[in-house]
Amino acid sequence: MSEEVKKPAGKRKFELDPKLAEYRGIWVFIEHERGTPHSVSWELLGEGRKLADKLGVQLAGVVMGAPGDDTRRFCQEAFYHGADHCYLMEDILLKDYRNQPYTKGMTDLVNAYKPEILLLGATTLGRDLAGSVATTLQTGLTADCTELNIDVEIRSLLATRPTFGGSLLCTIQTLNYRPQMATVRPRVMAMPKRDNTRSGNITEHKLSMIETDIITKVLEFIPDENTNKVNLEYADIIVSGGKGLKKQENFQLIWDLAKVLGAEVGATRPLVQSGWVEAVRQVGQTGKTVRPKLYIAAGISGAIQHRVGMDASDVIIAINSDPNAPIFDFATYGIVGNAMTILPALTAAFRKELSARNTAAVAA
Amino acid sequence: MIHIVVCIKQVPDSAQIRVHPVTNTIMRQGVPAIINPYDLFALEEALRIKDKFGGFVTVITMGPPQAEAALRKALSFGADDAILVTDRAFAGADTLATSFALASAIRQIEKGMPVDLVFCGKQTIDGDTAQVGPGIAKRLNLELLTYISSIVSVNTDKKEIVVQRRSEGGVQVLKTRLPSLVTMLEGSNEMRFATMPNMIRAARTTIKRWDRVAAGIEDVTKIGLKGSPTVVSKVFAPSPKTVKAEIIQTNSGEPDEMAATLLMKMFTKYPHVREQLEKSAV
Repeated sequence: MSEEVKKPAGKRKFELDPKLAEYRGIWVFIEHERGTPHSVSWELLGEGRKLADKLGVQLAGVVMGAPGDDTRRFCQEAFYHGADHCYLMEDILLKDYRNQPYTKGMTDLVNAYKPEILLLGATTLGRDLAGSVATTLQTGLTADCTELNIDVEIRSLLATRPTFGGSLLCTIQTLNYRPQMATVRPRVMAMPKRDNTRSGNITEHKLSMIETDIITKVLEFIPDENTNKVNLEYADIIVSGGKGLKKQENFQLIWDLAKVLGAEVGATRPLVQSGWVEAVRQVGQTGKTVRPKLYIAAGISGAIQHRVGMDASDVIIAINSDPNAPIFDFATYGIVGNAMTILPALTAAFRKELSARNTAAVAA
Repeated sequence: MIHIVVCIKQVPDSAQIRVHPVTNTIMRQGVPAIINPYDLFALEEALRIKDKFGGFVTVITMGPPQAEAALRKALSFGADDAILVTDRAFAGADTLATSFALASAIRQIEKGMPVDLVFCGKQTIDGDTAQVGPGIAKRLNLELLTYISSIVSVNTDKKEIVVQRRSEGGVQVLKTRLPSLVTMLEGSNEMRFATMPNMIRAARTTIKRWDRVAAGIEDVTKIGLKGSPTVVSKVFAPSPKTVKAEIIQTNSGEPDEMAATLLMKMFTKYPHVREQLEKSAV
């Protein structure tokens, strides 16, 4: 029982419009493509669990896909990650993501079972679907939230997101419409502990459509070459560079250190805009959000646009020649100095430390 | 002939927004207004289709009277016509109310000439929601094609379009009918330079101004603040972290010594970082 519910006697209790009060429970869209669920779904379940407990309602996963897509396994995983219940829509038409059948399926589910909150990942798929579903249902949608909370008394979702390029935060509410929808970027919320003793029930619902209803056809899917795949969001160690590296050649020092650490390489927006690094490596407000165990930032001042993408990292090492750079206000360790001389020294130190360890392990 | 409507937005150049170091509030004075950079990919793609098939490109924006400058810029790149949808009644619109107003205006444009394609940028740099494009598509019953990296072909006779769409882990090749709404991915093309004749034309063109009524909107409860399900209940500065970085200092100040000291301190205090490194390092 949360304390907010125990209001002193005599104070008039807030009454939710009966039409809105019909909507109950929290849903998380379980995103998957070609047999792989997207981890953002589990992160959202972790967050959704907290919200559901505050409201005293059930948390449900929504799994849509084709038979044979491992949909039942995804329902199981949803239970392990905190869901009490799953809504499952299986149809061959849902084989590949297409806006029309997924929008129809999701809006039908919402209209049938009426959740008060619907959360989706802010991925290419999630954003495409969320925008369409919200417009179809004529309800409010808040994109790219960094914090979710509940005003328990009025059962309202408090969706907080960066605004003005990340320099300020704003809290957005959808007071008179249901469901209250929000998207959250991968890695913004922490991954919950997986508990395989948990279980739940599955409600199946049919997609009432036939292929000829669907105008868009998928002609082909060209998978990204695995060798070039950059998975910055889920990297455990990241080495990033910024404008302080001065010349494009100096960015090689970032790659050298990353190689020794087995790390991914990131960069700030100006470097991406100068063409030193591919756009998929951009960390920050208009790039990726990351939360590695170790983030090394070289020649990065720590402007808010970059900070919002990386300050959930466990340990941040900052190297900057300016002792007043804002990055030193939130990094874990700082080295004030020239990145061009510090980086090679760090690379050497890590190599020495790690190879000594490996040799010791082999000897043992 | 193909008729393309391109939706653009005038935004503050976020690269030039500064946060006041003491009050932690944004300083908007003197920040130049630009066409949302993502919209330029949409406009360029529309102009390329026009170059190839012959056609007519209408640019539209909803915003304050100053947004006219963005439309003039679009005309200088080669757009044929420009419409500014502007009315005090639109103030405070969220993405749902914005897509309602723009969809309504596009219906009015259609009365003059049927629309085959609507182009939008992937998202704006000030709102970052990526919701208005899908919203317009749903309201006008257009096929929605988001995150398009390439227009493979347009068949004007059969009214068909084939596109490449960026999705998680790969690219979808999609075929659909016209009319459809495309949101272009960044980097998919490069904006051309404005030509002298187009710049002169842009300067001389009278930009159409549509108020609520001209945009075909009767129901005022669907626009502006009233038509917006979301309300901003609080705006605040992120709380500053109270713990600052531990600055590594050594006797000599030599890079090697500082690096060694840093590793020793970090591995002692954060053994899980060491464990991770032992796993990932090769």
